Amino acid sequence: MGEKKTVRLKVKRQEGPKAKPYWEAFDIPYRPYMNVIICLKEIQKNPRTFDGRKTSPVAWESSCLEEVCGICTMVINGKARQACSALVDPLGEEITIEPMRKFPVVRDLVVDRAVLFENLKKVRAWVSIDGTHAIGPGPRVNPEQQQKDYVLSTCFSCGCCLDVCPQVGEGTGFMGAMTISQVRLFNDHPLGKMNAGERLEALMGPGGIEDCGNSQNCVKACPKNIPLVTSIAEVNRQITKKIFGFLGK
Amino acid sequence: MDSSYEIKISPHFWLRRLHSLSGIFPIGAFLVEHMLSNALIVKGPEAYNNQIEFLSGLPYVLWLEIFFIYLPILYHAFYGFYVAFTGRNNLAWYPYRANWLYSLQRWTGLIAFVYIFYHAYHTRGVNLLYGTEVDFARMAQFMKDPRILAFYITGLAAVMFHFANGIWGFLVSWGITIGPRSQKAAGAVCALVGLSLFVIGVNSLLHLARA
Repeated sequence: MGEKKTVRLKVKRQEGPKAKPYWEAFDIPYRPYMNVIICLKEIQKNPRTFDGRKTSPVAWESSCLEEVCGICTMVINGKARQACSALVDPLGEEITIEPMRKFPVVRDLVVDRAVLFENLKKVRAWVSIDGTHAIGPGPRVNPEQQQKDYVLSTCFSCGCCLDVCPQVGEGTGFMGAMTISQVRLFNDHPLGKMNAGERLEALMGPGGIEDCGNSQNCVKACPKNIPLVTSIAEVNRQITKKIFGFLGK
Repeated sequence: MDSSYEIKISPHFWLRRLHSLSGIFPIGAFLVEHMLSNALIVKGPEAYNNQIEFLSGLPYVLWLEIFFIYLPILYHAFYGFYVAFTGRNNLAWYPYRANWLYSLQRWTGLIAFVYIFYHAYHTRGVNLLYGTEVDFARMAQFMKDPRILAFYITGLAAVMFHFANGIWGFLVSWGITIGPRSQKAAGAVCALVGLSLFVIGVNSLLHLARA
């Protein structure tokens, strides 16, 4: 074995929401099968840049470490993805890490994704069951439908589909593929169906489905392989039917 | 309150759907008619001039032109510019095939607009403004200039790409093709339609250039 191998990590840093971003490079001792989170923890242990200069530790968020919470999403080598499932080996010896591009930066790699929750509230992405008295068990869902819905329900609001979308930004306020896919999920649900019209109308409002530009980056970026383009087209069909409803009024 | 439910359908929703529809009808329908009429060039000057005479002799022809050609194209173009400016191209980060099509749709729209404006001025504008006769001979003279011929072929390519990719987008935006299989099949059909119309158009242009 020769000298100790290292991995160069170039991190785009930013001290606060209004601060100017800058780049810093770190050398991380290599370990087989390490992921990007391990690299960031190494920086935290000893926050020194590659040339030995002392610096502040890089801020980032992570929780589950098994690609189901979505909180550690960042832009790694130009692509939005989760840092926990980003293994270092296929990424090469120099890795660039940036915060997500479509959300306001809080500090370093931490971004504020509150807008995702606001979008889900706008389209009422839930099943309303609260009432004043018990109304008995709801209808059953057949297994085939369950299979389809399960895939849609694996969305963990990481925001990758918004990050990669050329239509998401200040120009549109587009709510993105995940919001539309959740409308499909809850419009499929036998009780959720009751509010299908409200969800569709929310998507006919500002930032709604018409801002989709068919670039289909969302379906490529989704870590859960949710058929987002199909969801968009399916909801488009529901809205087309609604238009004919309007025309008949 | 946040949970209150109010209808807030935005004008953009209707305008964007109208934009999508206008590309198919009347603009797309006119495009197909236009290419087939032009194809008569292959049959010689007489057949082509007769077709021009037939079309310009249609009753209410100016109104037909205004409501089925000029206004829809102007609407489609300017609302299209607005839509294009709301997006931010990110091919540098995500150079995927469909993302290329997204960007090309916007660029070809711009090229098509410049081309159609030039083309409509020299074939229809001059006739309306100065009474210039537009016929086989005039078009043939145009196409003898290789620069004009090259511009026409470029414009035609942009229009046909925009039309073919636009039909594909229309089918998704109206929820006609939903799953990946139908979208793939639609892609093949749209490509074939675009390519066929392009070949027909180029063939007409080359016949003019050689006449």
